[in-house]
Amino acid sequence: MKKVSRRKVLATAAGAVALGPAAAAAAAGQAAPDPTKVRGKPVRPVGQRSPYEKTQRWTRFGTSTGTPHEDLYGIITPSDLHFERHHGGVPDIDPATYTLLIHGMVERPTIFTLADLKRFPSTSRIQFLECSGNLGRTAGPETTPGQLAGLTSCSEWTGVPLATLFREVGASPKATWFLAEGSDAAVMTRSVPVSKAYDDAIIAYGQNGEAIRPEQGYPARLFLPGWEGNASVKWLRRIELSDRPFMTREETSKYTETFMDDTARMFSLVMDARSLITYPTYPKRVERGWIEMHGIAWSGNGRITRVDVSLDGGATWTAATLQDPVLPKAHTRFRHLFNWSGAETVIMSRAVDESGYMQPTRAELLNARGPGTQGYHLNPITGWVIRPDGVVVYKEEPWG
Amino acid sequence: MGLTARMAACAALIVAAAIVVAEAQAPARFGFGRPATPEEIKARDIDIMPDGTGLPPGRGTVSDGSALYAGKCARCHGPTGREGPNDVLVGREPREGFPFSANPKLRKSIGNYWPYASTVFDYVRRAMPPDAPGSLTDDEVYALVAFLLHQNELIAADAVMDAKTLPQVKMPAERYFVPDPRTVPGAAAKKPQE
Repeated sequence: MKKVSRRKVLATAAGAVALGPAAAAAAAGQAAPDPTKVRGKPVRPVGQRSPYEKTQRWTRFGTSTGTPHEDLYGIITPSDLHFERHHGGVPDIDPATYTLLIHGMVERPTIFTLADLKRFPSTSRIQFLECSGNLGRTAGPETTPGQLAGLTSCSEWTGVPLATLFREVGASPKATWFLAEGSDAAVMTRSVPVSKAYDDAIIAYGQNGEAIRPEQGYPARLFLPGWEGNASVKWLRRIELSDRPFMTREETSKYTETFMDDTARMFSLVMDARSLITYPTYPKRVERGWIEMHGIAWSGNGRITRVDVSLDGGATWTAATLQDPVLPKAHTRFRHLFNWSGAETVIMSRAVDESGYMQPTRAELLNARGPGTQGYHLNPITGWVIRPDGVVVYKEEPWG
Repeated sequence: MGLTARMAACAALIVAAAIVVAEAQAPARFGFGRPATPEEIKARDIDIMPDGTGLPPGRGTVSDGSALYAGKCARCHGPTGREGPNDVLVGREPREGFPFSANPKLRKSIGNYWPYASTVFDYVRRAMPPDAPGSLTDDEVYALVAFLLHQNELIAADAVMDAKTLPQVKMPAERYFVPDPRTVPGAAAKKPQE
């Protein structure tokens, strides 16, 4: 017997009663032959995507999801498609009982409620958040941009500058580090240089115009623009100021990179410049003629100043067009028009930021980090192959 | 302009001036939030630093830790801490140098990669085991730390871990860690110590 979901039955029945058969068909995503001859649907308090849009994040191990960059436009990632990486699941926190404690090397250890945080002068900035483990190193040809590098997303974040709170509690000028601690089951902790607080760190409670999502740290999180996502501790419950780093598990045994000179780099928090072509890419198929390539570029060092694209596997490069707005520490959209002859073509992109940093080649990264490196802070130039039949695949390059 | 209109214009000016004044004179302090009591801080302040700051009273032995490990940890980390399926906890290879980048076959463990023993206590107490995080007593955490350090050949079989002995355990990997000079002020001068 074919299984029919209860929800579907109910939806169909309700639609038939309320709207008539034609409108009910539309509600289920089956368009009427002529939409001008059928009254459309009434309003609803919360909107939804078109039933024809099936875009979704990939999910892995129940602990992470990735943004489907191949399906998106512009620079803002829809909040419900923002990537996730959780270490103890997503906690359910009541905003009415939420508190943030700031203590340690401060004159006045203080507890703030969410309402307290919202009373302070606020700021909003469009900035990316990227997990430092954002490269599918073993990706095969049938890999989408989201599967390759979906652990970056870009939002407008609203909150209170951490500098405002540090002045409020009388942070000691001798404090050089602070611990940020979450109230998830991992009780996530990271040490952060205090200088970041006086630069651009915020306690965020808003994302893309609404309260931040539970998966993004509801009701309040630390947000460190341009720095590795793990340090932007979600569900923030405590900040302790100190004159030393705390050496938590994440910043010692995990988010560190080994080098060929027998060292491991710690507190490598800046996300270096990177670019990602999002079209044409797998699983799209293209036709001969004009194609507008597009993609995103970003840098934790500030603004993207240039994105070069190559149509010959990296032999020659041309500057792509940067789409306004070009904001510091934000996804920047680039595009480049080209006329595809039908011959096999390898397309690539590389980003340059305002510090002069240029996205490295895979060989350059491999020379420094070696075949044994873990997957943190790997931002190589990547490419896509347009086959003569128009099928586009990821240019597979195994690590090591 | 009539009297009412003039009064309205006047009021608007006053309001505008008040806003400008408020913008220009943001206070050094807003007075939001309330003082945290020592009890409230103590209840939430659970971190342990490399020098042992934050370690609670209590103690644990290797043998106590062995039994606890078998019951609460072995399922995910393997019977001896080497087998997985989750993170490898035990292993001292390589005995020489720190060739993790050159050799993809090396598995990182507490014994060969964790730079500070304090981190083991801090992490196990705050997050383990995943199906009952934060459920271990301080004595149990000390015992598990003792067992794991002993398995990694870092302390003797009869060693006891407590607030005094734990910070004295030196980890072989510490000297290979270098802070990133881009984010850590003054870090450029520091080189790995031999």
